[in-house]
Amino acid sequence: MADKKLAIIATKGTLDWAYPPFILASTASALGYQTCIFFTFYGLQLIKKKLDLKVSPLGNPGMPMPMGMNKWFPVLGTTIPGMEGMMTTMMKQKIKAKGVASIEELRDLCVEAEVRLVGCQMTIDLFDINRDELMDNIELGGAATFFEFAGDADVTLFI
Amino acid sequence: MADFDQELDARGLNCPLPILRAKKALNDLGDGQVLRIMATDPGSVKDFEAFAQQTGNTLLDSTENNGEFHFLLRKNG
Repeated sequence: MADKKLAIIATKGTLDWAYPPFILASTASALGYQTCIFFTFYGLQLIKKKLDLKVSPLGNPGMPMPMGMNKWFPVLGTTIPGMEGMMTTMMKQKIKAKGVASIEELRDLCVEAEVRLVGCQMTIDLFDINRDELMDNIELGGAATFFEFAGDADVTLFI
Repeated sequence: MADFDQELDARGLNCPLPILRAKKALNDLGDGQVLRIMATDPGSVKDFEAFAQQTGNTLLDSTENNGEFHFLLRKNG
């Protein structure tokens, strides 16, 4: 099979939204796709050496809460300090219990499968992110770099 | 039971890990060799069909027994 190509733009930096780019990229690689992920804005959190991803119930009415909390818990309750940490811990426990891979594991699998990881130079500068904070084996580039790969991609996703 | 050359225990793992582990295991097999995969993820039934179709490997067998799914995948080329 001639290699198909998958191009992904990853723009979100939360634990839940870290899954789609890494799941799709690792799976596409297993299917023989050449794959590239372009990380921009909050998506840059996903290529930090030390991942510290969180999930937030704030402004997220679709998030299932334990013990039916969402039924009686006022929306304002989701702003209580510590809520984010608590939900993140619970989510991580659930991920482990269900045999779902951790983001670290999926990211390692992507690196192993030679998925191209590109950090957006402009947003790295915008957020004053140190190159040292980001993984060593990534490229840096801009919009033109993305199109160089995505221009003839078979599938392109904005996540 | 059909013959196989190598076995992969993907029980307890969820999407996309069974597929990724299977792909890895297939890399170590030779042309025509068969990998047997055990899984518990119900989604893996459709996924292994799709995997075989897209990678040109042959799904020889797909069975379910008490919530466990067994697949026989022959490596082609």
